[in-house]
Amino acid sequence: MKLTGSQVLFKALREEKVDTIFGYPGGSVIDLYDELFHQEGIKHYLVRHEQGAVHAADGYARATGKVGVCLVTSGPGATNTVTGIANAYADSIPIVILTGQVPTHMIGKDAFQEVDITGITRPCSKHNFLVRKIDDLGRTIREAFYIAHSGRPGPVLVDIPKDILQGTLEETELFMKIHLPPEPPKEPIDEACAAALTMIRTARKPVIFAGGGVLRGKAVSELMTFANCIHAPVTASLMGLGAFPGTHPRWLGMLGMHGTYYANMAVSHCDLLIAVGVRFDDRVTSKVAEFAPHAKIIHIDIDPVSINKIVKSHVSIISDCREALQRLLSMAGGEVLLSADQTREWLEQIEKWKKAVPLSYCRSAKIKPQYVIEKLYELTRGEAIITTEVGQNQMWAAQFYRFDHPDTFISSGGLGTMGFGLPAAIGAQVAFPDRLVVDIAGDGSIQMNIQELATAVHYNLPVKVVILNNGFLGMVRQWQEMFYGRRYSQTEMKQALDFVKLAEAFGAVGLRATKPEEVEEVLRKGLETPRAVMMDFHVEPEEQVYPMVSPGAGLTDMKLGNLRRDAD
Amino acid sequence: MEIKKSVISILASNKPDVLARIAGTFSGRGFNIDSITANVTGNPRITRIIITTQGNQDTIIKIEKELNRLVDVHQVTDLTSLDLPLREMILIRMPMTGENHEKIMEIVDRYHGEVIETGSGYGILELTGKKEDMDNALSSLELLGIDDFVRTGSVTL
Amino acid sequence: MSIEERTITILVKNEPGVLSRVAGVFSGRGYNIKTLCVAETTNPEISRITLTSNADADFTEKIKKQLDKLVDVVDVLDYTGERFLKREMMLIGLRITPDRYAELLQAVNTFGCRIIGMQPDYYIIETSGRRSENDAVFKYFQTFDVEMMNRTGSIALPRHPQKDSA
Repeated sequence: MKLTGSQVLFKALREEKVDTIFGYPGGSVIDLYDELFHQEGIKHYLVRHEQGAVHAADGYARATGKVGVCLVTSGPGATNTVTGIANAYADSIPIVILTGQVPTHMIGKDAFQEVDITGITRPCSKHNFLVRKIDDLGRTIREAFYIAHSGRPGPVLVDIPKDILQGTLEETELFMKIHLPPEPPKEPIDEACAAALTMIRTARKPVIFAGGGVLRGKAVSELMTFANCIHAPVTASLMGLGAFPGTHPRWLGMLGMHGTYYANMAVSHCDLLIAVGVRFDDRVTSKVAEFAPHAKIIHIDIDPVSINKIVKSHVSIISDCREALQRLLSMAGGEVLLSADQTREWLEQIEKWKKAVPLSYCRSAKIKPQYVIEKLYELTRGEAIITTEVGQNQMWAAQFYRFDHPDTFISSGGLGTMGFGLPAAIGAQVAFPDRLVVDIAGDGSIQMNIQELATAVHYNLPVKVVILNNGFLGMVRQWQEMFYGRRYSQTEMKQALDFVKLAEAFGAVGLRATKPEEVEEVLRKGLETPRAVMMDFHVEPEEQVYPMVSPGAGLTDMKLGNLRRDAD
Repeated sequence: MEIKKSVISILASNKPDVLARIAGTFSGRGFNIDSITANVTGNPRITRIIITTQGNQDTIIKIEKELNRLVDVHQVTDLTSLDLPLREMILIRMPMTGENHEKIMEIVDRYHGEVIETGSGYGILELTGKKEDMDNALSSLELLGIDDFVRTGSVTL
Repeated sequence: MSIEERTITILVKNEPGVLSRVAGVFSGRGYNIKTLCVAETTNPEISRITLTSNADADFTEKIKKQLDKLVDVVDVLDYTGERFLKREMMLIGLRITPDRYAELLQAVNTFGCRIIGMQPDYYIIETSGRRSENDAVFKYFQTFDVEMMNRTGSIALPRHPQKDSA
């Protein structure tokens, strides 16, 4: 029996247990979409911009731990995915991007809607493929999935020319077995683990620093066991929020430029830093020379490139997080490595720092953005899946919403892509139709992929958008206030934009609060409405995110603004 | 840490985009390439690429790690410390007249080379040897007037 | 249109990323680069890339146009055909036992190779010539215990000075 290229592609996707695709049709993929018409078992979500498709696949992948899939056409369809791909690459998220391409005999001739998408995405994807023969199609798709989720995950693009989709193959000739070059052998970790254990036993001021790797590596319960085994406090990067419960007494809050006072102080004074699945990004380390100056550093990461790239570690364990933590725990033989007594003094010091400068804000006659997040946290009982846009909205979400469960905080970390939150929320909502999914946005960010509100309404996805509307490009404005003499160059967004009417125009529900007393009611109503809702909160325009580590300064050099401060 | 010349040997899949990826990794991460030679190995699916570059020990380790990440790269070896013979070949075309013939032959013999072709007033020389030797040979021959030359870049076992 | 091995010489400015762009032009059109040599010229600002690719006659014209567009490409020359001398160098490392020394030395003489490394049980042979010659030499030496083999890409030079460099 003959199969078309399109049929081969869907067969390969079924082998990979794909049941969800986000996409947007076009000339180069029309045959694929025709085949989709006959396919059952795969649900396709039509977005309104290809960037939305990639971010939705990304949000889906972060929420489920599976590989997200998106499908777009050639030319502008493909180039519209580049930001999303770079975003997934920066955060190591497993997605497969299927792009149509002009027929093989037209490649290189500047054909209609042709771009060299493999050339363009080479530096910002984990890997990419251009399928040149139908014989390679099935195998290539399976290889793409394997590469996307193995080792350090990442986005993989597969560029498929139209004639390949239209071509045919005998079913008996269908070959879908993966045939990839061998990977470099894994180095044994026992010696490094033993060294780590020795180092741990002599520490008295340990801190565990968890990153995205713990979540991608599904090592959350091992992390908890390990943290209990050494009675250590735990902090995380933005990408690691949710790896350790935000309500746990030994949780330190986020680390870094807008991390908590006590997390930054703890890392700056600890004698042992156990970094699990992190890459020591500059938003976390700030001035590298002054990062964790008194600490021995144990670095566990799956990618050798991350080891000793920014921060020199004393012991490095190149491994999947879960395996490494399991090995450490088994080598410890079920014994407690550091007792509560041994870290008591250290934990007491940390409590002092927590009391001295907790996260706080001053109430006023205007709505404070932090208040909106706090109320949201309260009303959702911390159980929502939160996506964010980028900037102040993102930082306040990270600070004031406590994440007790993994994969519930979905935010663009490495690339910092405004416009990520709404499509990502759609991806998460598709993955979990019965959960509450909330996008925390700014009035700037939400406009970048606002068209995806139509997608949400189309599929009755009851995503909630909380807009912290300050009429500014908030984070840039903050920098302009702090470092550029309040010269608000091009950050003030005079808008006649009425978000309530905008939401209604899309077929969603629009709500607004302009006074603090209205916040709870609007949130309650919005969260309870079983439809897509956009809530416009008019917040204090010149609120700053504190703490803030001054750029180029050490972590202890924090601007604290109006945060309460007791002598310590 | 001192900057030194390093030699890296890469075994990779013989595919159209492998060279672009490897070159992209170098340029994207700010590593330079002094010379590069690539050829198919005994196995037609595998290409060996020898790159000479400069950098301190840290840089070389970084380069190796980055290259190892590429899906189509099978193996990366830093050959620098192995003290292997680093050889290069040059082809030189230059005027060969009665006058300079002897001088040219003296240099050719010194570097164990060969005149592989002669024509009307021109000769093509082939020399092989260590890079420094090739550099010296070139300098010496340039004084006698080189028309055109090409070199392979260093290769080793 | 017949497919044969084409040789292209590209003179490029020694800027970061230039090799990546040149390689990208080839891969973007699906042309596989079979062999490649990049080395400096006497001008430290210019490097010379010599590469071979299996392609049809159209290829050179097409690729030359694409490459010429690149800012850092100074010149693109087609070195395919009899007017150009082409050579590559090959290194063969082989394990050897004393009973075969004589045989090896005779082969080395016959083929005009050089011995550049010598240990009692391991010899490194260097040979240079046309690709087909090297293929034949390698085939012969496989009767010994070849441990490693490495070849440079081909390099090419016009046999006669050219009137213009295009």
